Amino acid sequence: MTRLLVRRLSTMLLIMLTVGFILFVMNEGDPRSVARGVLGPYAQDQQLDIWIEQNGYDRFIPVRFLDWVGGVATGDLGVSVQYKRPVNEFFWERLGNTGILAGLTFLIMVPLALVLGVFAGIKEGSMQDRTISVVSIFTTSIPEFASAVILTWIVVIKLKWLPGTSSMAQGWNWLEMILPVTVLVLYGFGYITRMTRASMAEVMTSHYIRTAVLKGLPYKRVIFKHALRNALISPFTVIMLQMNWLLSGVVVTEFAFAYKGFGTMLLEAALRRDIFVIEACGLAAVFVAVFSQTLGDIGYTFLNPRIRFS
Amino acid sequence: MSDSNTTDGTVSDSDRPKGTVERIIGSIALLKESPVGMVGLVLVCIFAFVAVFAPFLAPYRYDDFMQPFAPPFTVTADGDLMLLGADHKGRDILSRLIYGTQRVVFYATLATGTAYIAGILMGLAAGYFRGWVDEVLSFLANVILSFPVMVLFVLIISTAGASGFTIVFAVVFASAPGIMRIVRGLTLDIATRDYIAAAQTRGESPWFIMLVELLPNARGPLIVDACLRMGYTTITIGALGFLGLGLPPPFPDWGGMINETRALLLGDIWWMSIFPALAVSLLVLGFNLLADGLREVSLRD
Repeated sequence: MTRLLVRRLSTMLLIMLTVGFILFVMNEGDPRSVARGVLGPYAQDQQLDIWIEQNGYDRFIPVRFLDWVGGVATGDLGVSVQYKRPVNEFFWERLGNTGILAGLTFLIMVPLALVLGVFAGIKEGSMQDRTISVVSIFTTSIPEFASAVILTWIVVIKLKWLPGTSSMAQGWNWLEMILPVTVLVLYGFGYITRMTRASMAEVMTSHYIRTAVLKGLPYKRVIFKHALRNALISPFTVIMLQMNWLLSGVVVTEFAFAYKGFGTMLLEAALRRDIFVIEACGLAAVFVAVFSQTLGDIGYTFLNPRIRFS
Repeated sequence: MSDSNTTDGTVSDSDRPKGTVERIIGSIALLKESPVGMVGLVLVCIFAFVAVFAPFLAPYRYDDFMQPFAPPFTVTADGDLMLLGADHKGRDILSRLIYGTQRVVFYATLATGTAYIAGILMGLAAGYFRGWVDEVLSFLANVILSFPVMVLFVLIISTAGASGFTIVFAVVFASAPGIMRIVRGLTLDIATRDYIAAAQTRGESPWFIMLVELLPNARGPLIVDACLRMGYTTITIGALGFLGLGLPPPFPDWGGMINETRALLLGDIWWMSIFPALAVSLLVLGFNLLADGLREVSLRD
């Protein structure tokens, strides 16, 4: 177990470093474009040269990269080009907002998907199975940007139930969270449901379930005590991998509802070439993705005795 | 399923072209057993038809400025019917949707096809040669797959600029590793079969074995995955347009149409953004239903 942990964590570190290097070269590979970005389009060549020298951008790329890694490791994310403020000052708040959005989504999506998946998988080919499967295909087919528009029209314009944007202009308002979370849940739950269904259906055909039913155990007891334990192992990995997809959806959903989170920050930074914010966002995204994958791998090994003891 | 695949392979070796056509017709006939799959197939075929014949089907050109803000079923002063209304610049929504279909189907097919070529070659190499080739390719795949897809797209397109080429490049870059993993897994499995050993004994070259002996026997799961991926690429292209990172105007693009007009939605001018949203959902639904039907049929096989 310790060996696995060490191996997983070192792979994770290696991937983070590789990604960091790619991000660094993409954004800061050319010193002149960095200087141009910081000093603006009207700076003269001499000014660029002076800036490059003063800030050590005339050094060899690997040296600068190590310097940058040191900075990031000690919590220095640089200064935002568009706001002229340290990235740290607003970065964590934005990330926290996205954390709330993603957390709420998970809190609703995962139980919903697991319950539906188990219900569908208990009786493969039954009416409830078919209904749940078709519904989940339908919802997974409506991309976030389409469901955002359709839901806004129905709920905000026609029914006038909810506010149309989620910019939290008048302070924090939970009502404004409902639509973004709904959009993310609608698009995301289908995949977990289908995976849970497949896993549950497989378990239900296994010999030990048949034995349990034949020896006369109450059906509920068979499901809760015998089937669920094994059926929920593989969806666990899927759920952890879903973090990666959720971050993608978050970018689109935040843009659709003008929610001030990670996604809108990344888009804004990308459009204005705010390189230090882009780097911070990229690193944060990859960290979340890789961390959840590692957690998923380790958790899966822990949950599955066949792997744990081999 | 694996057994029928091996017999398929020997039959088609003697008479390949006819065998392939028959097999395709056979699998469509099989699909008839899955109503869900048939609905998907019909949807996909309709969109493909619209994409190919867009210039003949569209009542007007996509950049004809006619009557701004015309609601659906408007007849203009010139007697032109605008079935789905017009957008804020007076362009016919139906025509723009039809030309947009052409664009999205073209780019989704091109991007998914290229990603498949890259992913298949990498997956075959990793699964067949194993050793360091596998290590290197798998690590690369892990690095790329560790990026959330949309973050990767935003980074690539904001660095390289929005054009058809960068969008195709970004999709290939992001989805080839996933395809590679699937092909690698299938290759590792199939490479242990007797007919591969026989081919090796005959002295066939590695790439001939991979492409002619191995790949055709891995097609089942790949076709299902390709359908799902077409749907996902459609979503991606739409999402990029929606974020303002899509193909430059004036050529219509569903996501871009929604983005341009969604502010007007708050004033209950709904037809400009709702119709493109429905169009993209229907096309993706078609791919997903088709994939589901194909999977069901192949499992029954």
